[in-house]
Amino acid sequence: MKLQRVVALTKKELKKTVREPAVLFMIFLFPIVFVFAFGASFGGVGGGEPVYQVGVVSMDQSASVNASQTLLTAMSDTQILNVQTYADNHTAQNALSQGTIQAVVVIPSEFSQSFASYQAAPTEPNAWTNATITLYLDKGSLVATQAVPPIIQQVLATLAGQNQQAPSSPFSLETASLVEVQTPSALDFIAPGMFTFASIFLIMMVAQSFATDRENGMMKRIRITPTTPTEFMTSQVLSYMVIALIQAALVFVMVYLMGFKPNVGIPAYAFAFVLVLMFSLSNVGFGLITATIAKSPGAATGISFLFVLPQLFLGTFVGASLSSAAQVAGKFVPSYYVTDALTSLFLRGAAFTSPLVLLDFAVVSVSCVAILAVGVILYGKYFKI
Amino acid sequence: MNESAIQVENLVKKFEDVTAVDGISLQVQKGELFGLLGPNGAGKTTTINILCGLAKPTNGTAKVGGFDVQKETAKVKTLLGVCPQETAIYPYLKGTENIDIFGNLHVMDKNTLKTRRAMLLEKMGLAGDAKRKAEKYSGGMKRRLSLILALIHDPQIAFLDEPTVAMDPQSRHAVWDFIKELKKDDKTIILTTHYMEEAEELCDRVGIIDHGKLIALGTPRDLISKSKVKNLEEVFIALTGRKIREEV
Repeated sequence: MKLQRVVALTKKELKKTVREPAVLFMIFLFPIVFVFAFGASFGGVGGGEPVYQVGVVSMDQSASVNASQTLLTAMSDTQILNVQTYADNHTAQNALSQGTIQAVVVIPSEFSQSFASYQAAPTEPNAWTNATITLYLDKGSLVATQAVPPIIQQVLATLAGQNQQAPSSPFSLETASLVEVQTPSALDFIAPGMFTFASIFLIMMVAQSFATDRENGMMKRIRITPTTPTEFMTSQVLSYMVIALIQAALVFVMVYLMGFKPNVGIPAYAFAFVLVLMFSLSNVGFGLITATIAKSPGAATGISFLFVLPQLFLGTFVGASLSSAAQVAGKFVPSYYVTDALTSLFLRGAAFTSPLVLLDFAVVSVSCVAILAVGVILYGKYFKI
Repeated sequence: MNESAIQVENLVKKFEDVTAVDGISLQVQKGELFGLLGPNGAGKTTTINILCGLAKPTNGTAKVGGFDVQKETAKVKTLLGVCPQETAIYPYLKGTENIDIFGNLHVMDKNTLKTRRAMLLEKMGLAGDAKRKAEKYSGGMKRRLSLILALIHDPQIAFLDEPTVAMDPQSRHAVWDFIKELKKDDKTIILTTHYMEEAEELCDRVGIIDHGKLIALGTPRDLISKSKVKNLEEVFIALTGRKIREEV
């Protein structure tokens, strides 16, 4: 393999990214605008935290209602939730339908009993009394829909005093051992998914790039030179990895400026970038698969959404409030594991050597290399490189 | 006896039920400027694609520089410079950047690349526009840049597929002068064109292709003389009964 060829083609691809306005927008400006828009929506600018109006209906029939009260206090202590109690669900639902509040939390009758059973035997799930906390959301508010569920999850996790040794609880809203962040905002919860989100659009760029070069004869022209398929593909993968790295850096700077400052060390950040780099391989792979199917750059744009949307909706913060079925489906897309690992690193305070993060990394690495290989093989089969 | 640079034996290429190349055999000597003439769709470009390893023949063999184009494609590619029919350049790169990429793909050393780049830009009249993005070039300038990309590595054998199509007369004559210089440097050139005056002006020998078959082969003067006509355009009419550009 001649490095001179790889470097020349890599530089060409990077220059294209900077000089083509549409590519520049999609790769770099779009993530910046996106982070700013979402960051602002979720309260990351102006120094103030957003406040969500949440109604609480306690059905707790226990003689001792300490657990429900503790939950209410914990919700209020977040300073993100302005809690109002309602006597019954009907009244609370009315307030929700009128837009007075953005969510209703219904504490079930067995909540205190469940809490007590958990405290008595935190590592013995068989001894727990399960409780389902019902959450109603204002469907007219995207922000509330996206932001409130993870906040409630965090409150429940804090209440249960969960940690990685006891990663489950009797409460039906699954929680994790969250956060070293002092005053968590909704931005903190979606920031890990933002890193993943930006990179997903590489699929479209790769597909368009290959389809365009094929259409205008450049692919054929390169094939006439002594450049080998390995040199060509290496240059493509390298250039898109560099782009992914720059994207991640831009997104990080943006979310940092908007208030996302997780209390983690440099190794965690370095590991996050490695994860994003690995993830970019799958996006190149999906891009090549798209370019194989598409007959023109326009078709490539449309077909790329077949791969972009599932990754976007099932694997990033966007999917946080989707149905449980959708969340299960998310486990079949690489972006889910990237977001999960980044959440563990930045929000759960997990070390990058922890089993959960390493498992995510392994899944990301294996799946992304496999997808890249499939993309290269398919493209090479139908369109000689 | 001159050494053969290109040998083609009974070359056939079929696309489903269409026979694009139908049993062509010919030899091109080293240092010869050979014209492949014919109307659009005659099979010229398909023949060139087979010779540079882009297309696999249905039947027959082709050798370039003594190497089998199917079995020793990598070696063939080191000998070749190909200017494709379509104006294939990177529009978002400057003229110099386009040239440098192809120089680097041929692993040229930096100084040689710089020297040849300057020389070719000057000869093709693009020196003053070399730092502009190619998307800003006129059609003729893009064609000339495309020709430079094909020849930057100083190939022994050049395939020039309709290099002057859609060029203004001034650009066309500049390219003709350049092609004549290549010949003086003992390069082997295959030039495809449907401009008969271009072939008469430049080519040592020509092969006329129609419907995938080689229907005439010889020097322009011999073909004109044998057909007892005034020019190659009339040779084509005499051979086929129609004008070469009727089907354009």
